[in-house]
Amino acid sequence: MAQAGVRINGLLKRYGTGDAAVDALKGVDMQVAPGEVVGLIGPSGSGKSTLLKCLGAVIEPTAGRMTLGEVVIYDGRWQIRDLRTLRRDKIGFVFQAPYLIPFLDVTDNVALLPMLAGRPNGEARHRARQLLEALDVGHRAEAMPAQLSGGEQQRVAIARALVNRPPLILADEPTAPLDSERALTVIQILNQMAAQYETAVIVVTHDEKIIPTFKRIYHIRDGRTHEQAGEGRIMQ
Amino acid sequence: MINLAGRDILHAWGKFVFTGLGLGLLIGVTLSMAGIYRGMVEDAKVLLSNSGAHLWVVQQDTQGPYAESSNLHDDLYRGLLAVPGVARAANVTYFTMQVRRDSGDVRAMVVGIVPGGPGEPGQPGYLVAGRHITRAHYEAVADVTAGLRIGERIKIRRDHYTVVGLTRRMVSSGGDPMVFIPLKDAQEAQFMKDNDAIVRQRRRTTANPAFNRPGAPDVLEAVIASQNTNPYVNAVLVQLAPGRDPEAVAADIRRWKRLSVFTRAQMEDILVGKLIATSARQIGMFLVILSTVSAAIVAFIIYTLTLGKIREIAVLKLIGTRNRTIAGMIMQQAVGLGVIGFVVGKIAATFWAPIFPKYVLLLPGDAALGFVAVVVICVLSSIMAIRAALKVDPAEAIGG
Ligand SMILES: Nc1ncnc2c1ncn2[C@@H]1O[C@H](COP(=O)(O)OP(=O)(O)OP(=O)(O)O)[C@@H](O)[C@H]1O
Ligand SMILES: [Mg+2]
Repeated sequence: MAQAGVRINGLLKRYGTGDAAVDALKGVDMQVAPGEVVGLIGPSGSGKSTLLKCLGAVIEPTAGRMTLGEVVIYDGRWQIRDLRTLRRDKIGFVFQAPYLIPFLDVTDNVALLPMLAGRPNGEARHRARQLLEALDVGHRAEAMPAQLSGGEQQRVAIARALVNRPPLILADEPTAPLDSERALTVIQILNQMAAQYETAVIVVTHDEKIIPTFKRIYHIRDGRTHEQAGEGRIMQ
Repeated sequence: MINLAGRDILHAWGKFVFTGLGLGLLIGVTLSMAGIYRGMVEDAKVLLSNSGAHLWVVQQDTQGPYAESSNLHDDLYRGLLAVPGVARAANVTYFTMQVRRDSGDVRAMVVGIVPGGPGEPGQPGYLVAGRHITRAHYEAVADVTAGLRIGERIKIRRDHYTVVGLTRRMVSSGGDPMVFIPLKDAQEAQFMKDNDAIVRQRRRTTANPAFNRPGAPDVLEAVIASQNTNPYVNAVLVQLAPGRDPEAVAADIRRWKRLSVFTRAQMEDILVGKLIATSARQIGMFLVILSTVSAAIVAFIIYTLTLGKIREIAVLKLIGTRNRTIAGMIMQQAVGLGVIGFVVGKIAATFWAPIFPKYVLLLPGDAALGFVAVVVICVLSSIMAIRAALKVDPAEAIGG
């Protein structure tokens, strides 16, 4: 178990070349255990989104090493050929805005991922419904995304991030559009789900309300991370 | 897997239906243009078939009587009857003019025929109402598209005619309805001068000492009489005895009678290949423009719809959707739009075809070809949108 989760060692990311080069990440070290939710905070331009994009396999780091579960995914270069499948099966994404697919109903928004992975429609929908129930939006399973409240949409987005049981969830400002009560509910759900599915969760946030909930926090400043113990207060 | 394109179409059905409707009317016009061309070709063939002729005998070195003017002496047909293989031969005249009636006038092709049995070449053929011409003068049979009624009195040049029968699908290659009248009347009408002109000419002839000789009064009368009769027709329609080779008989007539002779196939060539060739090119030009406009519309709509979905496409890519799936989604939507358009267009074309003044012939083969063209155009016009979608970076979904 000690090996699982996410490990990042000496990650560098340079945008551009020559005079225009920007070193967005200058040596990031990070470790998140399965079932753990950590906060990633830092000022604007410190490299938070860059780190998420590297971990999310949508941009290529410049150097360093990333391990997901038992698998080294990056070590100076990508160690995995099919990044699309890696994203689909191993990484869940939650964004500031839910970004649900507007022309699919709630169930199919969630079921789409297992379907993309080749699961039969019936099985994919069944799994989606179970998750939606667990996230307390089961009664809205038939609705279109536009008919949901912001908090409901965000819970559907979390269900979508979880549905393929990925070992890692990346959440970028997931509580930004929500009031404090709903924001805390979302964090609570992420904690629950992380524990239940043994998923490592990294939450990028500026949100003062939720910072006290993390047991561990990574501060990122000028492209470097510093670890810090958090208060770990989860209400209720 | 669910059909993303179908779900998107269902979700944004208003956009698709309205665009499809607009596109459909355009496709309807395109199908109608093709139908107009087919109608012209069909009219030309019907014109030839309904004449009942195997050979058209016309003035030497002309391509008459439809494409060029041709004049033949009206007793020539007797000689033709003597040619081996010729079963029947009938004089015929054609001239296009305004036929006057009580309420305005109609443009028609006036056909002079020898009143006779329906077996004779040049006859009106099948009647939808009334009877054939039985008298030698002042009766007419008209095509229904002329809008004339049985018993109606019409005026051609100076003479009045009574409509005794109505026929159908008898129109000139220009689409004008035919009005059949007895040959003698037609010959007179075709060459007739007005009263003043006759009086003037008679005076001039009388004043000419060569014609008006003292002691020979018959000469003047004969000359005047010949000036006021018209011994010419435009063509002789020939029917062959069964089993005769039209080419062989035509060659005989050409050799012995110094006339131009056309077989059915040659006549079709002249009508379709020459007479309506310019119209066909005109219509072809329209087809090209309409297809281009349709393609531009599909391309523009699909491109706009795709640009409106950039965020969703980025998310789809981020969560692991294949490029192929996304391209397929866009292409299916384009084709879906095309299919809606085609259905609307086909229905529209079918509905408005009968309202056209000229015959519009919608062939299933043309529709099938049109469908294939629509699908191909839609697939091609989705390329721009697909390129835009494939360029979308999944990192955009994460944002800054
Ligand atoms: N595509 C890019 N090309 C060049 N430089 C970039 C690019 N993306 C980010 N940067 C730079 O890298 C640095 C880190 O950017 P990043 O987006 O990771 O910051 P952030 O911590 O997410 O900031 P914020 O809190 O404002 O979202 C910034 O200086 C930014 O200007
Ligand atoms: Mg950012």
